[in-house]
Amino acid sequence: MSELLERLKEKVSNQFGEALIEGHMDYDFPVLVVAKPKIKEILAFLKSEGFTYLTTLCGIHFPDNVGAEFAMMYQLHSLERNERVRIKTFMSEKDIEMPTITDLWAAANWMEREAFDFYGFKFKGHPNLKRILNMDEMNYHPLRKEYPLEDASRHDKEDKYFGR
Amino acid sequence: METTTPSVENKEYSTLNLGPTHPATHGIFQNILQMDGEIIMSAESTIGYIHRAFEKLGERRPYNQITTLTDRMNYCSSPINNMGWHMTVEKLINCDVPKRAQYMRVIIMELARIADHVICNTVIAVDTGALSGFLYMFQWREKIYEIYEAVCGARLTTNMGRIGGMERDFSPEVIEKIRTFIKEFPVALDEFDRLVTRNRIFVDRTVKAGPISAERALEYSFSGPNLRAAGVDYDVRVMNPYSSYQDFDFKIPIGQNGDTYDRYMVRMDEMRESIKIIKQALENLPEGNFHADVPDFYLPPKEDVYSKMEALIYHFKIVMGETDVPKGEVYHCVEGGNGELGFYLISDGGRTPYRLHMRRPCFIYYQAYTEMIRGSMLSDAILTMSSMNVIAGELDA
Repeated sequence: MSELLERLKEKVSNQFGEALIEGHMDYDFPVLVVAKPKIKEILAFLKSEGFTYLTTLCGIHFPDNVGAEFAMMYQLHSLERNERVRIKTFMSEKDIEMPTITDLWAAANWMEREAFDFYGFKFKGHPNLKRILNMDEMNYHPLRKEYPLEDASRHDKEDKYFGR
Repeated sequence: METTTPSVENKEYSTLNLGPTHPATHGIFQNILQMDGEIIMSAESTIGYIHRAFEKLGERRPYNQITTLTDRMNYCSSPINNMGWHMTVEKLINCDVPKRAQYMRVIIMELARIADHVICNTVIAVDTGALSGFLYMFQWREKIYEIYEAVCGARLTTNMGRIGGMERDFSPEVIEKIRTFIKEFPVALDEFDRLVTRNRIFVDRTVKAGPISAERALEYSFSGPNLRAAGVDYDVRVMNPYSSYQDFDFKIPIGQNGDTYDRYMVRMDEMRESIKIIKQALENLPEGNFHADVPDFYLPPKEDVYSKMEALIYHFKIVMGETDVPKGEVYHCVEGGNGELGFYLISDGGRTPYRLHMRRPCFIYYQAYTEMIRGSMLSDAILTMSSMNVIAGELDA
């Protein structure tokens, strides 16, 4: 599996140079972390390299990671060679505009709407960017970490009571 | 929304609001259709009516409590979701499950697949007007639920299996029930086949209804029987075998046209293949333990909890959700009843996942529905929806 990672790293860095920030293995999965401005070109390049199936995409929020609070994750799959790859890109909370990939994969339409709904990513060029699972009147993005599920006045589950 | 929209030919389309609660849609789906007579000119889907924030809830719950959330996604085959979740966590904690537990899981998952396909295929028949097949076959779904009941005590939202294996071994009663089932079900399936598959009305209604080409299906990231009906042989069980699927000999049925009839036929054949898998798994069921030795995650036997300190501590830690897990990111997918069901899990080492994203197959392929029904009759649109096996619980998470 790691030879797949090396091969992908080489291909992407040959094509895009600095835009490939790093690559590593997460369990059985090769992961490429790339710079945001090139994300769409890299995804289009990987699609032309046989990764034609978009498995899933989602947003992630790291509020403690100052300067790179948000991340987008894309998972591609090459059905011919049975290879999977995960592409991640990090961005600051001030700049969460992403290029849409709905023109590359029709399936990205609802997935991007979901990422917008829950995290507020603005997908530039998306044909119909509105909330999908939550109601339209909602004025916040619920999967962000600043919205705790637990009642904020509740202290009985704090780590210190469990010796941690 | 306007009530009528004039077109270039100076025609007026009427707007039909199909759903959210409509007896013909088998769930909470809303589609706003622009109709020219009985032909659908365009459609717009609205989803999210039963959204329950599983991904957010998952960020608060300890790992063993998330299984119950997965039950409520595709509730027609909840054991597959349960096992998929357990396997994701097992991958994260690097736990090897004994062969016996893997085979037991395969048997349960294939039974769940049959239950799922029974519902879907009989409902297609109901939507063409053939109610009797549905009534006959539901008896067999009931028998599968009786097997679930004997395995874990629950019927619909099963919460079956545990991280590390199964909660208990198959009792002789379970084995007997499964043996009877695999002997009698194929006979009933053939009967249903004779009743419906070549029925003139059924064929007229389903052939060429709601077709999708293989190219478009891949663009839309279809998976499961819907993708295979379009002629692409992608099945997670073969591509990325999990839980010892590589040990079994089975075929992947594929269709050609991606229409309602092909989706129906693929599911019919898959049920027969599932029976083959169950037969092989039951015959070769290995001896050994039914769970791995992971005391941090697997509840100790009750008598030990009452008599041994060690077991009591583990019991407390698991029940209170105080087990630490390694840091890491995993993605694990299983072949669910309607496609590739994936769990993407980020752990920061705490008691709950940092981020849990579920790749829900019908959320992804249902967006093609408006394209598939454009230009077809209203009655075909209903049939197309039931043949896509869209489950509201999974769609809305």
